[in-house]
Amino acid sequence: MRAAHFCSACGKVQPPLPVDYFTFFGLPRKLHVNVVVLEKEFYELSRGLHPDLNVLQDKREQDWSLEQTSMLNDAYRTLKDPIKRTQYLLRLEGIELEEQSKSATEKARATGEVKKQVVPPDLLEELFEMNMHLEELRTLKKQGEDDPALLEEIGKQKLELDEKLDAQLEQLKGYWHEWDKAVDSSGEEARKKLLGKMVDVLNRRNYIRNLVRDINEAMEQ
Amino acid sequence: MATDRIIGIDLGTTNSLVAFMESENPVVIPGEDGLNLVPSVVALDEREQIIVGNAARKYLIETPERAVYSIKRLMGRGVEDIQEELKLFPFRLADDILPGEVLRIKLGDKTFTPPEISAFILRQLKRNAERFFGVPVTKAVITVPAYFNDAQRQATKDAGRIAGLEVLRLVNEPTAASLAYGLDKKQNGIVAVYDLGGGTFDISILKLHDGIFEVIATNGDTHLGGDDIDNLLITIALNDIQGDMGMDVRRNSEAVAKIRKAVIEAKIALSSQPSTKLDVELSDGKRYQREITREQFEQLIQPVIDRTVGPCKQAMKDAGLKPEQIDEVVLVGGSTRIPKVRALVEQMFHRQPHTGLNPDEVVALGAAVQANILSGGSEATEDMLLLDVTPLSLGIEVAGGVTDKIILRNSTIPASATQYYTTQIDGQANVAIHVLQGERELAKDCRSLARFDLRGIPGMPAGMPRIEVKFLIDANGILHVSAREQRSGKESEIQVQPSYGLTDEQVEGMILDSFDYAEEDFRQRQVIESRNEADTILAALEKGKQSPAWGQLTSDEKKQIAKMEKALIAVKAEDDYQAIRKAIDALNIGTMRLAELMMDSAVSTALKGKTMDQADMGEAPAAGHPVAKADFK
Repeated sequence: MRAAHFCSACGKVQPPLPVDYFTFFGLPRKLHVNVVVLEKEFYELSRGLHPDLNVLQDKREQDWSLEQTSMLNDAYRTLKDPIKRTQYLLRLEGIELEEQSKSATEKARATGEVKKQVVPPDLLEELFEMNMHLEELRTLKKQGEDDPALLEEIGKQKLELDEKLDAQLEQLKGYWHEWDKAVDSSGEEARKKLLGKMVDVLNRRNYIRNLVRDINEAMEQ
Repeated sequence: MATDRIIGIDLGTTNSLVAFMESENPVVIPGEDGLNLVPSVVALDEREQIIVGNAARKYLIETPERAVYSIKRLMGRGVEDIQEELKLFPFRLADDILPGEVLRIKLGDKTFTPPEISAFILRQLKRNAERFFGVPVTKAVITVPAYFNDAQRQATKDAGRIAGLEVLRLVNEPTAASLAYGLDKKQNGIVAVYDLGGGTFDISILKLHDGIFEVIATNGDTHLGGDDIDNLLITIALNDIQGDMGMDVRRNSEAVAKIRKAVIEAKIALSSQPSTKLDVELSDGKRYQREITREQFEQLIQPVIDRTVGPCKQAMKDAGLKPEQIDEVVLVGGSTRIPKVRALVEQMFHRQPHTGLNPDEVVALGAAVQANILSGGSEATEDMLLLDVTPLSLGIEVAGGVTDKIILRNSTIPASATQYYTTQIDGQANVAIHVLQGERELAKDCRSLARFDLRGIPGMPAGMPRIEVKFLIDANGILHVSAREQRSGKESEIQVQPSYGLTDEQVEGMILDSFDYAEEDFRQRQVIESRNEADTILAALEKGKQSPAWGQLTSDEKKQIAKMEKALIAVKAEDDYQAIRKAIDALNIGTMRLAELMMDSAVSTALKGKTMDQADMGEAPAAGHPVAKADFK
C-alpha cells in the first residue's frame, strides 16, 4: 500500500513518513517498475502534494507540502531510472557501492593519495589501451595537431564501449527478474548472491561509463 | 476575494509588466499612461523623488548620473562578478563598497542596492494594479530567468518584500511563457521555449500532459540579450565618431545615452526594413550619421546570437531529445523579433518557431496564470500544475577543492539531498561547509552560495559525531539548509546567507526607507495605516458598548460618542489620512471616560479572582490610545 500522504477525512497534506521510495509509491521492493504507471502516479500525487496548490494553507501544512513534494520528486527521479533504481535498492539492502565517481578521482589527484581501485582484471587491458590513446589525443590537441587515424580508432572503440553498456543493462535486467522472483520465495542466501552479482555489473559499468565520458571530453576539447 | 488578488509580474531587464487573470484570460494591466510596458528605468529627480518607467527615460539622456537601466544584470552579484558589465554599462557604483558587501548604485548623491532599485519598479507595478482594482494589492508571483542562481533569486524575492509584496512564488520566465501558451493551445506534447530578452537568455524544454507542465531540461546565460547587441552597435558608433570626426565622446555620458537611444531604434527598424539610418546630434551642432544595412547588422550580431546555440544543444542533450522530437518551439522576449534570431532557431530545431504570442507580454501573462493557480485556480486553470526544475547543480566542496554534486541540474523542485559529516580532531565543535552552485568540477569554478559553520557539536572523539545536513531547494529554486547531530539528537537550523545577499534586518530597513522617495507612496501608506487604526478603535468601541461600563455613561455622553463614531466611519471611506487621524483623536478623547470605567471594572473583576485575560483588557479602548498616538513621521 502507498504511504498515507493525505488525511483520509479532510484530504489535506499530511506530514511525510520516514519510508523508503518504494513504499512512498506503494510499490513492492522489486526492480521491475512500470515507468508509465509510475509517471501517472507521480502526476497524480503532485496534483495533491505540490506547494503551488497549498500556498493558501497554514504554515504547517505548507511545510508538509514542501517536504512531501521534495520526497516525491526525489523518489520519482530515483525509481524511474533503471540504474539509479538498482543502486537505491542495493543501498536499502545495506550495500555501499564503491565510490568510483569522477570527484573521487579528482580528489585523489589533488591530494596525491592513491585511489582505492579494484579494476576488474578483464577490463584492465582495454582501459589501459584507451587511456594511452586519450593521452596521445590530448597531447596532439595541445599542439594544435590532428591525427585522423587515431580519432577513427578512438571512435571505433567508443562504439564498442557503448555496445557494452547496453549489454550490461540487459544483463542487469536479467538479474532484476531473478530478484523479483526471489523477493517472494527464495531464501536469504540466494538473494545475497544476486545482490553481489548486481554490484559486480554496476561496478564494471561504472568503469566503462567513466571511460566513455573521458572520451567525450577529450574529443570535445 | 478581491483584496486577496494575486498579481503576476514580469520584472524584465528592459521592460516590466503586471498582469492578472480576468475571468478565464490573463490580461496586462496598463500604467497611468495607458501603456502596458513599464520600462525598467529608475531615476531620482531634483526633488529626490523616485521616477519609474516611461517618465524616467528622459533622465537617461538629460541627467544620466541620476538614472539607471538594466539593473537586473546586477541582481545577486558582487563587485568581482560585474567587471565586464562595468565596461559596457554606465553603472555608477558607490565608492565605499567593502568586499563581500551588496552592491550599491549611485543615483545623484544617494545610493541604492539593486534589490531596492528593482523594488521601485515593482512598487510602480503594484501601484498600477492597485489603481486598476481600486484595492490594495499585497501578493504577487514574480518571474525570473530560469538560469538565475540562488543569490539572484533571493535578491528578487528581497526586492518584492521591499516593495511591500509578499512573493508567493518565483516562476521561471520560459516556464511562465509556456503556461500562457498552454492555456491557449490545450495540447499535449513537447514544447521548447526559446527566450531571448533584454539581458538574459533561457531555453526550457517541457512536456505538456493533461495540464501538467513538466520541465524536462533548462539551460541559459544570465548575461546575454538585446543589451549585448546594443553595446556592439554603440561601440561601432563610438569608434566611427573618433575615427571620422576626431571626437572621443566615450566619457560624455549624455552623448553615449543619445547614441544608445539611436542604436536601439535602428535595431528595431532593421527587423522590418532592409536598412536604416543612424542620426545622432552631438555637441555644438555636430551630427553623427551612418547607414546600416540589415546584412551588416546580421553579420555583426552573429557572434552574440550564436551564444544561444550551446545552451540549446545542452538542454536537448539533458532532455534526451532530438530536434525532431520537439513538437513546437515558442519564441519569447523582444530580441526574438530579429529575423536572424528566428532563422537561427529554425535551423537548430528544424522547424518554424511559433510566433503567435506577443513576445513582450507572454511572460507576464504566464505569471498571471500561475498566480491564478496559486489562488486556487479557476475553470480555465483547474487542471494546470507546473513542475519546474533547478537549472544548476548544487554541490559542496570536499577535500582538494573538488565539488561533490548532491542535487543535479534539471532535478524537479522541490528537491532535497542529505549529507553526513563528522569531525577530524577530538572535541572539535565546528565543521565548515561550503555550498556551491554550478557544473564545474572544481569548487573555485563554481558559484559560491554560502559558507557556514555547523556549530555546537557536542564534544566527542574525532569521527564520532554524525551530523546530518539536509539541503532542500524549494519551489522558488531557493536553497534551505538544516543540520542535526544524530548521536546527541541536537538539532540546529542553519540559515544560509547567500554570498551577496541582504540580511533580514537590511530588508526591513529598506522597506521603510523606500517610502521616503515617493510622495504618493507616503500618502498611501498613511491612508492605509490610519484606516487600520480607525478599524481598531471602532472594534474596541463596539466591545465597550457590550461592557457594563457603557451603562454607567450619561445619555449625553453616549450621544456624543455616537456622533464621533459616525464621523470617523464617514472619513474612513475617504482618502484623506489627516482627516481620519483627526476623527480618531476625537473619538479617542471622547471615549476616555468609557475606557477608564472599563479599566476600573476590569481591575475589580480581577480582584474577584478572574484573570486579566478573562477581563479582556487587551482590546478595550484604553489599549487603543497608544496606537493612535504613535508618531508617524
